[in-house]
Amino acid sequence: MGVFPRRHLAAVALVAATALLTTAGCGGDEPAEGGPITLTVDIFGQMGYQELYKEYMAAHPNVKIVERGTGGTLDEYSPKLTQWLAAGKGAGDVVAIEEGLLVEYKANPQNFVNLLDHGAAELKGNFLDWKWDQGLTADGKQLIGLGTDVGGMAMCYRSDLFAKAGLPTQRDEVSKLWPTWQDYIATGEKFKAANTGASFLDSATNTFNTIVLQTAGNAQGYHYYDTANNLVVDSNPAVRQAWDTTMDILDSGLSGKYSSWSEEWVSAFKQAKFATIACPAWMTGVIEGNAGPAAKGKWDIAQVPGNGGNWGGSFLAVPKQSKHQAEAIELVKFLTSAKGQIGAFKAKGPLPSNPQALDDPAVADSTNAYFSDAPVGKIFAAGAKSLKPVYMGPKNQAVRTEVENAVRTVDLGQRSPEQAWADAVNNAKKAAAK
Amino acid sequence: MSVQLDARPPVRPAVRGSARQLWEYRLSRLDEKYSPYLYIAPFFLLFGVFGAYPLAYTFWVSLHDWDLLATEHQFVGGENYSRLLADPDFWHSLTNTLGIFVISTVPQLLGALWLASLLNRRLRARTTWRMAVLVPNVTSTAAVAIVFGVLFGRQFGMINWLLDLVGVGAIDWKANRFASWVAISAMVDWRWTGYNALIFLAAMQAIPRDLYESAAIDGASRARQFWSITVPLLKPTIIFAVIVSTIGGLQLFTEPRMFHSGTNPIRGGSLRESQTMTMYMFENAFAPHYNFGYGSAVAWLLFALIAIVAAINVVVLRRLGGVDRPTRTRRPRKERSR
Repeated sequence: MGVFPRRHLAAVALVAATALLTTAGCGGDEPAEGGPITLTVDIFGQMGYQELYKEYMAAHPNVKIVERGTGGTLDEYSPKLTQWLAAGKGAGDVVAIEEGLLVEYKANPQNFVNLLDHGAAELKGNFLDWKWDQGLTADGKQLIGLGTDVGGMAMCYRSDLFAKAGLPTQRDEVSKLWPTWQDYIATGEKFKAANTGASFLDSATNTFNTIVLQTAGNAQGYHYYDTANNLVVDSNPAVRQAWDTTMDILDSGLSGKYSSWSEEWVSAFKQAKFATIACPAWMTGVIEGNAGPAAKGKWDIAQVPGNGGNWGGSFLAVPKQSKHQAEAIELVKFLTSAKGQIGAFKAKGPLPSNPQALDDPAVADSTNAYFSDAPVGKIFAAGAKSLKPVYMGPKNQAVRTEVENAVRTVDLGQRSPEQAWADAVNNAKKAAAK
Repeated sequence: MSVQLDARPPVRPAVRGSARQLWEYRLSRLDEKYSPYLYIAPFFLLFGVFGAYPLAYTFWVSLHDWDLLATEHQFVGGENYSRLLADPDFWHSLTNTLGIFVISTVPQLLGALWLASLLNRRLRARTTWRMAVLVPNVTSTAAVAIVFGVLFGRQFGMINWLLDLVGVGAIDWKANRFASWVAISAMVDWRWTGYNALIFLAAMQAIPRDLYESAAIDGASRARQFWSITVPLLKPTIIFAVIVSTIGGLQLFTEPRMFHSGTNPIRGGSLRESQTMTMYMFENAFAPHYNFGYGSAVAWLLFALIAIVAAINVVVLRRLGGVDRPTRTRRPRKERSR
């Protein structure tokens, strides 16, 4: 290839231009002083804030709110958030943090604004006591986040499949079918015998998680870690009890083996392939999204077998890297206020963690049209104030993943219950040590 | 800046003592000696910033107990490496990676060779065919993986439906280790066979036609021509394709990651059926462990593995064909990224 002088000049020019552009690209994109500012809110799943943003922006004309991550899963969201925090750049001005992951972020509180320094202390009465305490660091000196929702439990079911199987369809009668999990299994066996072409429940993991949080909440108030942060997977009777109940469910062949949150799980919703699913309050929005408008009025909500329990719920926090901390804190206070939580509940169903909001007729008397006008206010909100939280230790998420995977291996027929229990214990220990 | 364009050495000034001339002379000497380095500098600068520095930094991180969010990182020396070598999940992911690599690469390169020889014949609408084999490569990997993930579904997947039609029982493509390797290999091959076929085609066209003509006169069949002329002359290109496929195959991430949906897909199945090394690296460096040091150690061992496998490739291929230098044919430069 012949080399011509012009090529050289062009190459030099190109390099110079690239260098210039790169430098220019580093320039700030901040608007001039006093101009409008943009607040970015990072969430996962459905928080139900769209109408609230509109209201907030109308009252604060200098603020524009952009939400990112809507509809995404926690598995996609949490690594991103951690990377942003580690890099000191990229996180939104307001970030949602799920209960199970909060412990890990609390271990490094320097990444977040201490909301106690910004007048949050006076808001304590706006939250259920345990929800408020969860947001505090171990020494109680820093408040990482303000609570959004809690996950009161119920059991959602498809009344059309129940009718097909010759079971009662009215929610009160259905609730009477299963005061305990053993009754739930007995009902499942009747359902299975009717050969409807659908399985009784979606898969074992969600149900296991529901049972373990319920039994742990009713017992010592911790599951995988005790309150001194010792790993107690193998010695906590609550975990073993939940495990055994789940194994009974699997042993009766009631699971559809649709791995939760997978594409198949979503398809199974659409095709009415299972009749019941353990249903924390936030799950109602998920069911509606997955099963789609065609299934409206076919789903209903009954009491959860056993007694109560809490699964999930989130917090809103402001990362230290935010350039608009004051404005972001104001927005967090608004979204977690009674009004904000009521608005979110009406939009997507997350159950308020604010006692005033729980008492508000807009929540307490509400019904859900998608779920055959089920009185969701009565079902979820009534029990919310007596919810018993479960303590989560430092590597909660990693440990939970190992135990749930062990449940799944039994569900898929890859392991016997005893082998899987050994896996769960060993892998949990390994994960906790990482 | 004055650029010395003439390759000949500058004429030494006849008259000494003129300071200006001396200065110009020195300048042009300097220019001649050092400006080539300037011209190649952009590559090395970029490589330094985006290649060498991250490599060295990853190594530094791998010597620490490095929690991604913590402010202090304790130096632990080789502990991450010794723990990793005793970690059965790591070896499991290594087996998966090599298994998927072999299942995908061997048929892929053979298929590409066959496709290239077909495309090298006189066909109608030749350019259209040649363009068409590249189409799978243009589609987004994530989209491909999602579509294949649905095709290979246990209960609602089309593959199992077809198997059912011919009387074969449903296969749980995600929960069976070997089946998941096959499914992921199918994805990889769908995407990369056409790409490699075009590379082989380009090299085939550089083979002189008269070789084939004289072979034909001597009575060699098409197949004989292919194995005795085409393949030996393609050897440098085959080495190139094998090495690039090796690097890509051992770094496989998107296909197996997107193949699994649901909770914690980074495990590649509940028993880590198809978790590759890069997925294991991600699982440790990011969610749910956030152990950056351990993840970095995985990255370095992966680097070592690729270097070893690439070396084996070259040695084996040279033994097979006695190729002395793989530089004779002009080879495409495009890097393969997954």
